Amino acid sequence: MTLLGLIGGVIQPVLIVGGAPLLVGVLRQVRARLEGRVGPGVLQPWRDLRKLVGKEAITPRGTSELFRVAPLVLVATTLVVAVVAPFVTTASAADPVADLFAVVALLALGTAVLALAAIDTGTAFGGMGASREMTILALVEPTLLVAIFALSVPVGSTSLAAIVSSTLNDPARVVSPVSLLAAVALVVVIVAETGRLPVDNPATHLELTMVHEAMTLEYAGPDLALVELASAMRLTVFLGLFANLFAPWGIATSAAPLALLVGVLALVVKIAVLGALLAAAEVFLAKLRLFRVPELLAGSFLLSLLAVSASFFLA
Amino acid sequence: MLGLWRKIRRTGRIAEPAPPAPGDRVEAAAGLGGSVQIRHVDAGSCNGCEVEIGSAFGPVHDAERYGARLVASPRHADALLVTGVVTRNMAEPLRRTFEAVPAPKLVVAVGDCARDCGVFAGAYGVVGPVSDVVPVDLEIAGCPPRPEAIVEGLRKLTGR
Repeated sequence: MTLLGLIGGVIQPVLIVGGAPLLVGVLRQVRARLEGRVGPGVLQPWRDLRKLVGKEAITPRGTSELFRVAPLVLVATTLVVAVVAPFVTTASAADPVADLFAVVALLALGTAVLALAAIDTGTAFGGMGASREMTILALVEPTLLVAIFALSVPVGSTSLAAIVSSTLNDPARVVSPVSLLAAVALVVVIVAETGRLPVDNPATHLELTMVHEAMTLEYAGPDLALVELASAMRLTVFLGLFANLFAPWGIATSAAPLALLVGVLALVVKIAVLGALLAAAEVFLAKLRLFRVPELLAGSFLLSLLAVSASFFLA
Repeated sequence: MLGLWRKIRRTGRIAEPAPPAPGDRVEAAAGLGGSVQIRHVDAGSCNGCEVEIGSAFGPVHDAERYGARLVASPRHADALLVTGVVTRNMAEPLRRTFEAVPAPKLVVAVGDCARDCGVFAGAYGVVGPVSDVVPVDLEIAGCPPRPEAIVEGLRKLTGR
């Protein structure tokens, strides 16, 4: 563990926990403005969280420990990714964990635990949301793994930090067919994993169309605050990974204060721009019918497969 | 898609300028700190109030800018927005919904039916006004209440 990795391991989680609700606020604000509304302001998600923490915690009758532990696991897994993955610095606080497979597995573990907790409530919508989320997860995980794997082939390492550093040294790689195919596949993966349009609508009130929301219907008070914070953090982590895999410029390579400051600013700007683009694109999209979602995800898997083949044949 | 983009550019902001904040805020809502999640319960309404609630959260009145938001579950809610007289079939569901809300919780009775049964007073299927079934913190008068009145009532909860 280097000094740079240690500093990154402290700055990154603070930045991501503090910034994730703001990112959700920015997304809602952009959407509101494009719809002709004024919007509640970017600080609204923080106000929501502050209020939820002070509310009564309710555990529905008949639920087990799993229901109570799930929000903690969800936040913890995302926090580990926020500590180790290369967001602000190229060095990692725990390099073996900053591995492509470990990061993807950690993020999938959070989703799986939340799905189990949703089944645990025994409600119709909880089970329905869990089954939908698992269907989407099963289709998304291979794409995610294969797409990042395509980027790791030219580097010869599955460490995310190594992939980011090597893109930094060889910027021409970003415009290669491998990178472009993987980028398109990853965009679809991020949209599906974070429950955005057209796969899932985060603002819906119709239980029958819900995916992620249906799983959290029984959570209240501080538990709900954790679940909402975690899903905001997941969105931030995915956008941050995407930004640094394809445009790592600005990331700190030394422990100098100026380099770290630039690293923090670059990450904030990149995630904010990506988030605003995502929100703006959502205004133009309608939700896909559930049975059409696998077609979209199969398409993205095909692109990631082409990316891997291209990385072997074009290398 | 370009057509939609041009329309967005041409239309600009639809939301009307915010009227001055109502001075008297509901004491029980002071701890919520400018964020009120609302679950709407139709206890036997004619759907007139629902149309006006939909309008209050639409782009013109935009109740969301004051920190109010409609949610899909009573577990996520701070306040129940109850419309209509309480009918026999909806008395128990309303009680259960109220119990499912985590404390501190508020109840807003929207429309004349919810306040005092309105034109349905004394009808055979009616249990009574909302205050007979669950404690009411705020009443919004009107049949149906104008969206401005609903927004003003919600601002007494959010304090913004």
